[in-house]
Amino acid sequence: MRFSGWRVSLGALVLLAFGMPHLAFADGYVIAPKPWEMWLPQPGSPMEARIDHFMAFVLWIMAGVVGFVALLLAYVIVRFNAKRNKVPSTVTHNVVVEVLWTVIPAVILLVVAWPSINLIRYEADYQKPYMIVKVTGHQWYWEYDYKSVKGLDFTSYMIPDDKLQPGQIRRLSVDHPMVVPAGEKIEFEITSADVLHGFYLPSLGVQRYAIPGQIVHSWTLLTKPGTYYGECNQICGINHDAMPIEIQALPMDQYQAWVKKAQAEYADNTPNRTPAVVRPALVQLAQATR
Amino acid sequence: MSSTVIHDHGAHDSHAAHQPSFARRWLMSTNHKDIGTLYITAAVVAGIVGGGLSMLMRAQLMYPNNTIVSNGQEWNAIVTAHGLIMIFWLVMPALIGGFGNWFVPMMIGAPDMAFPRLNNMSFWFLVMGFIFVILGLVVGQGSGVGWTLYPPLTDSTYSPGVSTDFTLFSLHLAGISSLLGAINFIATILNMRAPGMTMHKMPLFVWAILVTAFLLLLAIPVLAGAVTMLIMDRNFGTSFFEPGGGGDPVLFQHLFWFFGHPEVYIMILPAFGIISHVVSTFSKKPIFGYFGMVYAMVAIGFLGFIVWAHHMFVSGISVDSRIYFEVATLVIAVPTGVKVFSWIATMWGGSIEFKTPMLFAVGFIFLFVVGGATGIVLANAGLDQELHNDYFLIAHFHYVLSLGAVFAIFAGFYYWIGKMSGHQYPEFWGKLHFWTTFVGVNLTFFPMHFLGLAGMPRRYPDYPDAFAGWNYVSSMGAFLSGISTLVFFYVMYRVFTSKVVLADNYWGEGATTLEWVVPSPAPHHTFEDVPVIR
Repeated sequence: MRFSGWRVSLGALVLLAFGMPHLAFADGYVIAPKPWEMWLPQPGSPMEARIDHFMAFVLWIMAGVVGFVALLLAYVIVRFNAKRNKVPSTVTHNVVVEVLWTVIPAVILLVVAWPSINLIRYEADYQKPYMIVKVTGHQWYWEYDYKSVKGLDFTSYMIPDDKLQPGQIRRLSVDHPMVVPAGEKIEFEITSADVLHGFYLPSLGVQRYAIPGQIVHSWTLLTKPGTYYGECNQICGINHDAMPIEIQALPMDQYQAWVKKAQAEYADNTPNRTPAVVRPALVQLAQATR
Repeated sequence: MSSTVIHDHGAHDSHAAHQPSFARRWLMSTNHKDIGTLYITAAVVAGIVGGGLSMLMRAQLMYPNNTIVSNGQEWNAIVTAHGLIMIFWLVMPALIGGFGNWFVPMMIGAPDMAFPRLNNMSFWFLVMGFIFVILGLVVGQGSGVGWTLYPPLTDSTYSPGVSTDFTLFSLHLAGISSLLGAINFIATILNMRAPGMTMHKMPLFVWAILVTAFLLLLAIPVLAGAVTMLIMDRNFGTSFFEPGGGGDPVLFQHLFWFFGHPEVYIMILPAFGIISHVVSTFSKKPIFGYFGMVYAMVAIGFLGFIVWAHHMFVSGISVDSRIYFEVATLVIAVPTGVKVFSWIATMWGGSIEFKTPMLFAVGFIFLFVVGGATGIVLANAGLDQELHNDYFLIAHFHYVLSLGAVFAIFAGFYYWIGKMSGHQYPEFWGKLHFWTTFVGVNLTFFPMHFLGLAGMPRRYPDYPDAFAGWNYVSSMGAFLSGISTLVFFYVMYRVFTSKVVLADNYWGEGATTLEWVVPSPAPHHTFEDVPVIR
């Protein structure tokens, strides 16, 4: 592997500094899916916090609508059962209720749409970032190119099930996580080198397709140092479920130390930006990246 | 709507006397009832195949790190085939080709469809398409591209081999079938209504099929164009969607969803029609707000064409596009609300009998509202950024399709099986089928909301262990739904072995449309003498 040396030394550094490889950074603050979870992940970014808040707002309104319809249905089922109501009425029109059930839903929709449009504008504002990471989806790994750090461009593969270390999460942990400073605005320039991929970070509220030939912008700001996970979310072939995303947010001084270290590691190893995929048979390629 | 027939000799038919041979009757049929039966049979077969695939998927997803499906490509092929089969070979043939063929001519007092031979052709194109989609599943590595067929994954570089071509051509065949069917329905409904059956007296199911046919007529050619361009890209060196040659993968998404969103309403509008009839019949009341119901469907059909990019909120479309498509999408809730409230108002003051069709209809109304509510959530581009393509979306569209459209198919089946076969279903087993289905599908799909909120992506054969709990529950629900299907097969067995003779109008005073004035089973030819509606 191209980065094996770098991986070993980072691992050693981490082990020395903190003793636990997985929970090393930021006092073990990890946002990963939890068993029997029934709601959105704990927000790791202001964007996710706003999504969480607005989601609760919309869902409560919708719960009210569903509850209202359920009550009406229950009443009708009990009250107008053939056993209780032998003679059916012949009413087929009532202008007042027909106007009401057209106007009231429209008003409810306005109440939803207004804050929703604000949220769209907020999510789209990727301007003035602290740094830009160009994210490239490949079959079946991610490539992170730090635009502001010369030569810092590396790939990120899922840890195969049989190589998992204690503390790593099956199907989520990767060999080289994206490392970013906490508390700073990060812009993502998302693209793909082959088919569509989905750059999906549930706990940060970020999701965009990685589209070949296009750059799609998004952004995040990790509130606290810690480890955050995401996954590919657009069908991309045989290993679609095996290209997760791991992001580690560090305090600024640790991040800068990491950058120096990483640059040194990469100095003699200028990355092949988008490794030319010679097309072996599909399954062969899949095995090579497992 | 409520119409009085003063003149009907439809039951008498000289042709019914001479029995055509099996091959002549079923392979060369030009009779709308026989073709309707063929469509329903095809839908049952496709339902068994597509449902079998979903059992396989739920078995695989029951535990993390499961090995029932051997690799991701096989998984993707199964996912693709399941989606396409359920949409194009189960829901559409059952609702449009099946019930539409059977009951549209009868409800408008026409002797048959306008173009009987075209009708036959529509059906056999569909069968050919089904063979192709199965070939797409089993040939080579299978076509693992998802039912949305997004390039570049569909390109020959990433999906080599003939299986993806089979899948693409299967859509052409199903598309031609639907297009010819749509033309046939439009010609029939606009030209062959009995005297006195004005547009505004047409039963709601006929209106639903008419709007659906127009949606098909306008949407299918766009799909055909997009699929043709994909086939050209794959086989003839064009690059409509290949960035390397100046093409644009997002263009395909626009074309696909310009078809794909109306397709959603193609599947649900006929269901709306059936539910209206069932609710009105079993409440023993005419439909409440007939004009509102008709124009709500027309409005839904129109709005269905101008909201397509809400499927593309994360495809890098601009802020203004996201705002427009979100607001336009939210607007659809208004006519849909009109439908739901009008059904409840139809029941209000009625004398409701809860026979099996009515149970499925009430189940439909409630579950469709649940699916509609999550639809409102997903319509918000800001929330779709979180929920797009995850299990919340899977839950949403199975609530409106698997629990919505399929419940309407069952409602229609139980409502009309006596008219179609001449024998009534056993009530106890019908109700058992409803309750097992109701519990099973809710157990399957409700936990998917939680999986989606927690961040589980779709089309994953294996997932992080934290998602195991709800996946297990969901699989249990799927197996219960599978068992409920066996109950349904037993119901069909009882129907076809029954000896009980049925009255013309076995539902009584609530059933007022024209199919209830002809005998049960409906004779081979109905309304050879034109009925007059006052």
